[in-house]
Amino acid sequence: MSTLTAGTGRGARRAPAPASLLRGLPLAPAVVLLVLFLGYPVVYCIWTAFTDMKLTGASGYEFVGFDNFTRAFTSAEFHQSALLTVAFTVMSAIIGQNVLGMVLALLMRSGHRVVRAIVSAIVIGAWVLPEVVAGYLWTALLGDGGSLNGLLTAVGLPAQNWLFTAPILAVSIANIWRGTAFSMLVYSAALSEVPKEIEEAARVDGAGTWRRLFSVTLPMVRRSIATNLMLITLQTLSVFGLIWTMTRGGPSNQSATLPIYAYQQAFQFGDLGYGTALALVLLLIGGVFSLVYLRALRLGESMS
Amino acid sequence: MLGTSAGQRWRRAGALAAAGLMAVTLAACGGGDEADASTVTVTFRQFGDDHVQENFLKAAKAEFEQARPGTTIDLQPIIASNDDYPTKLQLQMRSPRTSPDLVYEDTFLINSDIEAGYLRPLDDYIAAWPDWTNFEDTAKNAGRALDGKTYGIPTGTDTRGVWFNKEILAKAGLPADWQPANWNDLLTAARTIKATVPGVIPLSIYAGATLGEASSMQGFEMLLYGTGDTLYDHGAQKWVVGSQGFRDALQFIQTVYSEGLGATPQQVLTTDWNNTVGQEQIPQGKVAIAVEGSWLSNKWGEGGANPWPQWSTVMGWTAMPTQNGQAPGKVSMSGGWTWAIPQNADNPDLAWEFSKMLNDKAHQLKFAIDEVQIPVRKDVAADPTYAAANPSNEFFASLVPITTYRPAYAQYPRVSKEIQVASESVITGNADAAGAAQRYDDQVRAIAGDAVIVASGS
Repeated sequence: MSTLTAGTGRGARRAPAPASLLRGLPLAPAVVLLVLFLGYPVVYCIWTAFTDMKLTGASGYEFVGFDNFTRAFTSAEFHQSALLTVAFTVMSAIIGQNVLGMVLALLMRSGHRVVRAIVSAIVIGAWVLPEVVAGYLWTALLGDGGSLNGLLTAVGLPAQNWLFTAPILAVSIANIWRGTAFSMLVYSAALSEVPKEIEEAARVDGAGTWRRLFSVTLPMVRRSIATNLMLITLQTLSVFGLIWTMTRGGPSNQSATLPIYAYQQAFQFGDLGYGTALALVLLLIGGVFSLVYLRALRLGESMS
Repeated sequence: MLGTSAGQRWRRAGALAAAGLMAVTLAACGGGDEADASTVTVTFRQFGDDHVQENFLKAAKAEFEQARPGTTIDLQPIIASNDDYPTKLQLQMRSPRTSPDLVYEDTFLINSDIEAGYLRPLDDYIAAWPDWTNFEDTAKNAGRALDGKTYGIPTGTDTRGVWFNKEILAKAGLPADWQPANWNDLLTAARTIKATVPGVIPLSIYAGATLGEASSMQGFEMLLYGTGDTLYDHGAQKWVVGSQGFRDALQFIQTVYSEGLGATPQQVLTTDWNNTVGQEQIPQGKVAIAVEGSWLSNKWGEGGANPWPQWSTVMGWTAMPTQNGQAPGKVSMSGGWTWAIPQNADNPDLAWEFSKMLNDKAHQLKFAIDEVQIPVRKDVAADPTYAAANPSNEFFASLVPITTYRPAYAQYPRVSKEIQVASESVITGNADAAGAAQRYDDQVRAIAGDAVIVASGS
């Protein structure tokens, strides 16, 4: 082994012995499989993002460096799409699914067994439905001649047209409806771990309902909150089927979040390189969100 | 210390690793059948509930398999919207594993796909095919690339004009032989109908990106090519930007939608709205005037999506007028489809044999009659059964001398997409005609680079 570099705070690692190499050998097939079936497509995708590959209209392609990214960051359409993606994620996941899931979980803690079973069944039912089915259900509800307008006009209210006038709101509502079950399940599990005695003690000390919730209950499940936020954020960033069936990203790209915009550029405008670059940007956005949550989680841990 | 145990460990590890690698190679080689030398896979598009093409191909398949025992024609329809068919087809053709042997290619896409290397030239086959002399020269050009080689055999062509419902027009006080002389006549008629016959779409004209090429061609280009301006300057070989005609055409579309003279923007942005119009809205008497294709009645015949025997008495047809009635007074756009053989076809020779059969006189005549296409073979066009088969055939075929073919070069599909985006932004109120045209100009510059020319007089 080489000489130690002092002051790093870590001892130098010993070179792995041949025996442990041997122990690792049975992993080789798995590693090869992973590289072949995951590594290659990932590397190929990253490579494509730096080329001007086309679906049609040109056969060869060349390396264009950061051109696709410059084009994205300087295009108004991309800015709108990124903004819509963030709006969709904040509205439907961070606020909608997250808060509603927590509220449902809290209410169900004190609910009657039968009520709990019924609510769970309904909420989880929405979650079990395939994205496309959920999309069509909401289109049937919100559409021009849909059931919601039938109801509204029946009671003398003006008909709504959200799919057309506020499409990002329409798809956000549908996504809240569809995804709340996940948060509810995570929070139900987390809340069941909170010891009753601590909440009792707080009550004895004179803390009101809200005070107990914000000072005792929520801090005790904050790790679940951070984990759940991370998971639903990543899920929501990449929602495609629901939006595609409801609005196809329209009208005039008013609901074209990044996955939709990337798909359109790659497969409808035939610009594979640019579309892939957009997908990579989406990946980076997801990464940034994850880092923020992880950091928040660590900070939370060091505070306790 | 390496004892026997270590040796055994090595051996065992080696065996495991080898087994794993075997599994990997097997997995990597699995999937996908070996190319079968006697099977031809044929890919075509299924239009909604329209089974005309499917029935035509099924009959041809039976005939072919009977004539050549041991061969199989594997029909693989892609059931997709206007917009998704080309994408799916291109993705199939990209890989030898998924590529069909014979594909139904729209002429607007063929140059783009040739440029992408998806198709193979057919000249060697054609050289030994006497039937080729029976094809019209303009039609031959549709499948010919800039390299002078032919990549697709045309199956038929089409023209476009104005269809109208005589019963609705009569209610609005318009004659049964109504003939608009300019855009203004169209708008006036639509306004009259809106005022007198509630509950119908006065003037159906397509716009927006959802309908794909139908929106570019039946919608925007039918207007643009009536202004005297064009998309492409064939002399300079450049794409035209900044033309007044472009803005006028967008303005017309905006007028129709903003005054409520057409379908609602929501309707026209629904997938396959054009099928809905042809199959349901028109037969149900919900559309007064429609800018449509010559093939429209193929949905109303037997085996069509919605048989409607009364169509020939209820509907009238006339030419699309030019903007101000300038010569020649009418305008039409033409496209059509071809049979082409992908570069990655496993079985090109047999695919050609099948295509030869699909494109002989008897089959093209049957296709022209069933699918309501304008023949591209002279011997089919001259056949009296063709004109007798459908009352609108003669009129739409008479538009061929004044019709315009799209500048279907390699960039056309992307330019066409930008037209759709422009028309969508004016109907949704996202932009005015000038703003949408400006954006189109910028995009075309990005697509075509130097091959752009600014229209004169703008």
